Amino acid sequence: MSGTPTLSVHGLHVSVDGKEILKGVDLEVPQGEVHALMGPNGSGKSTLAYALMGHPKYQVTAGAASFDGADLIALPADARAKLGLFLCFQYPTAIPGVTTVNFIRAALRAQGKEVPAREFLNRLAAEMALLKIDESFRQRYINDGFSGGEKKRSEILQLAMLRPRLAILDETDSGLDVDALRTVAEGVMQLAGPDMGVLVITHYPRILQYLRPDRVHVLHAGRVITSGGAELAQRIERGGYEPILGAVAAAPVA
Amino acid sequence: MAIQARELTKDYQFGFHDEDISVFRTAKGLSPEVVAAISQHKKEPEWMLKFRLKALDHFMKRPMPNWGADLSTIDFDNIYYYVKPVEEQSRSWDDVPLAIKNTFDRLGIPEAERKFLAGVSAQYDSEVVYHNIREDLEQQGVLFSDCDTGLREHEDLFRKYFGTVIPPNDNKFAALNSAVWSGGSFVYVPKGVHLDIPLQAYFRINSDNMGQFERTLIIAEEGSSVHYIEGCTAPTYSNDSLHSAVVELIAHPGAKIRYTTIQNWSDNVYNLVTKRAIAHAGATVEWIDGNLGSKITMKYPSVYLMGEGAHAEVMSAAFAGTGQHQDAGSKAIHVAPNTTSNIVSRSISKGSGRTSYRGHIKVLPKAHGAKVSVRCDALLLDEESRSDTYPYMDIENPDVTVGHEASVSKVGEDQIFYLTSRGLSEQDATALIVNGFFEPFVKELPMEYAVELNRLLALSMEGAIG
Ligand SMILES: Nc1ncnc2c1ncn2[C@@H]1O[C@H](COP(=O)(O)OP(=O)(O)OP(=O)(O)O)[C@@H](O)[C@H]1O
Ligand SMILES: [Mg+2]
Repeated sequence: MSGTPTLSVHGLHVSVDGKEILKGVDLEVPQGEVHALMGPNGSGKSTLAYALMGHPKYQVTAGAASFDGADLIALPADARAKLGLFLCFQYPTAIPGVTTVNFIRAALRAQGKEVPAREFLNRLAAEMALLKIDESFRQRYINDGFSGGEKKRSEILQLAMLRPRLAILDETDSGLDVDALRTVAEGVMQLAGPDMGVLVITHYPRILQYLRPDRVHVLHAGRVITSGGAELAQRIERGGYEPILGAVAAAPVA
Repeated sequence: MAIQARELTKDYQFGFHDEDISVFRTAKGLSPEVVAAISQHKKEPEWMLKFRLKALDHFMKRPMPNWGADLSTIDFDNIYYYVKPVEEQSRSWDDVPLAIKNTFDRLGIPEAERKFLAGVSAQYDSEVVYHNIREDLEQQGVLFSDCDTGLREHEDLFRKYFGTVIPPNDNKFAALNSAVWSGGSFVYVPKGVHLDIPLQAYFRINSDNMGQFERTLIIAEEGSSVHYIEGCTAPTYSNDSLHSAVVELIAHPGAKIRYTTIQNWSDNVYNLVTKRAIAHAGATVEWIDGNLGSKITMKYPSVYLMGEGAHAEVMSAAFAGTGQHQDAGSKAIHVAPNTTSNIVSRSISKGSGRTSYRGHIKVLPKAHGAKVSVRCDALLLDEESRSDTYPYMDIENPDVTVGHEASVSKVGEDQIFYLTSRGLSEQDATALIVNGFFEPFVKELPMEYAVELNRLLALSMEGAIG
C-alpha cells in the first residue's frame, strides 16, 4: 500500500492577513492512499487545503510542501493543478456567465487533457449520470445559484472529469443528504486507487465508511497532533476531541 | 480560428492600411462650400442641399457639449468631410477594385455573404462600393441600399422620414452629420413582411483624418419585422479620426426592429453617435449595442415610446482599455400608456480605461401603467480603472413601475483562485470571468458575431495581468 510520498508537508507555517494559522504542519500522503484530516472547527484544515492549492492570500512563512518531489511553495495555483493537485472547495465560488460545460472544457484544455468535442460530451454525460446531476446543469453558470448539495456534486463532477493525482476534499460531505452522500462517496471511490490519492477533510465518520482511509490525522491549533488508523475516526465520533487532546498533552514531546 | 488569432498583432487587430485610392475628396475642414461640394457631387435635390446648409449653421452655432467625455482635442479643421473611393457603386464582386477587395477579404465579407446574409452593404470610406440584395428580398418589396441611393431612387419615401426622428438641431454632432452625411443604410420593410435573416452592413473608415458620417434610416411598416446588423472596424492612424453617425428607426404599429451593433474602432477614433427610434403602438425596438475600442465613445441609443403598449429593449456592453472612455447608456421616453422599457448595461474597465453609464428615463403624464427596468453592472479589472453611473429619471405619472439596479464590482481574488486551481492561467481565468460578465449580451448576438466579440475581448485583455 504505502510507497514514496506523493504529498509531503514539513513544518509548514501559514499566515492569513498577517495572522498565523498553521504552526508547523507535518503530513505525508503516499501515492494512491486515502487519508482523512479531522480536527475541531477553526483548527486550520481549510487553511491547509488552500495553502497546498496555492491561494495567494495564504502565505507560507516557513516549512516545505512538495508533490512528487516538486516544491509546491514556489508554484502558482495553475501549475499545481497541472502537477495533479485538485481541491474540492468547502465553499465553491460562483462564476456568473460561465457555463459548467465550457468551464470544464477550458480546464481540461489548460491541463493539456483536451479530448475531441464528441468524446468530451459523452464523458461529461456519463459522469453526470453517475453523480445524478441533471443534464440542465451543463448550461448552468458554474456554482451560480446552486444549492449547497449541488455545489458539492459539481465539485466531484470536475474531479471526475479532470482526473487529478491527489484530490483534497474539504468537507465535501457536509450539507449532503444521506442519498447524496452515498452518490458522492461512490463517485470518489470509483476514482480513488493507485492513480489517485485522497486527502479528505471531514467532521463525520460516515464518508470514511465509504472511503476507508489508510490513515487519519488530527489537526489542532495549526498542528497535526496525532495520527492513526481508521479507528481514530470512530474514537473521535464517540468521545469527541477532548480525550485525544488530553492524551497528546500527557505524552512526552518527541 | 486559433491560428488567425495568433497572427494578429497585440495592437489593433484590423489596423492594416490600404493604399489610398480615392477618386474624389473635398478640401480639409468645414465650410458652406465644402457642404455644397458634397451635395453637388452627389447630384442631390435642392431640398437636401438646404437641409445640409441649415444643419451646418446649427453645428457652427452650437457649443461643444460640456458634459460627458472630454472632446476638447477634436480639431474640426483637420478633417476631410467627404471622400469617395470609387467612381460607380458596384453590385458585382468582380467589379470591386483589388485594394478594396483585399480589405473586404481580410474582414471576411464575401465569405460571410456566402453563408447566409440577406444582403451585404459594405461601406468603404464614405460610399458604399459593394452592394447586393438577394432576389427574394426585392420580391417582397424590401428596400436595402445605402442612404444616397435611397434618396436618389425613393425620394418621396426618403423625404417623408429623413430627419424626422433626429432633427439636425438635436445636438451638435447630429447637426454635423446632417451637414456632411454620406453613405449608411436605407432599409424599408413593407407591411407584414418578416425578415428572418438579418440584414448586414460593414463599415470602415479608411482615409487618414477622414470623418465618417454615415446616416442610417430604417422604416418598418405595420406588423413587419427586421433585424439589422452592423459591425465596424477601423484601421489605426496617427491622427485622430472622427466618427459621427446618425441612426433613425421608425417602427410602425406592431412592427419589430432589432438593431445590432458591434463597434471596434481603433483607439484614436472619436465615436459620437446619435441613435434614436420611434416605436408606435404595440411596436418593439431593440438596440443591441456593443462598444469596444475608440478613444472616446458617446452613444445613448434611445426609444420614444409613442403608442400604447410599445416596448423598448436596450442591451449594451462596453469595454474601455487604457486611454479609452466609453460614455454610453440609453434613453427611454414613455409617452403613451402601458409602454415598457428594459435596459441592461454591462461595462468593463481595464488599466486607466473608464466607462460611464448615462441613462435617462422619462415617463410623461399620460403614460399610465408604464413599466421601466434598468440594470447596469460594471466590472473593474484593476485599481486604476474607473466606472461611473449617471441615471436620470423623470417620472411624471404615479401609476408606473420602476426598477433600477446598479452594481460595480472587481474581479474577485476568490474567483481567480477557483479558476486557476483548475489549471487555468491567471490571464485565461480573467478572460473567462470577463466573457462570463458579457454573456447576457453575447447571448443576443448571432453566432459568428459572438465568436468575433469573444476574440476581440481576448485580444483587448492581452497583457492585462502580470
Ligand atoms: N483572513 C483571516 N483573518 C484572520 N483569521 C482568519 C482568516 N481566515 C481564517 N482565519 C482563521 O483561521 C482559523 C482556521 O480557519 P480554517 O477555515 O482553516 O478552519 P477549519 O479547520 O477549516 O474549520 P471548519 O471545520 O470550521 O471548516 C480560524 O480561526 C479562522 O477564523
Ligand atoms: Mg474548513
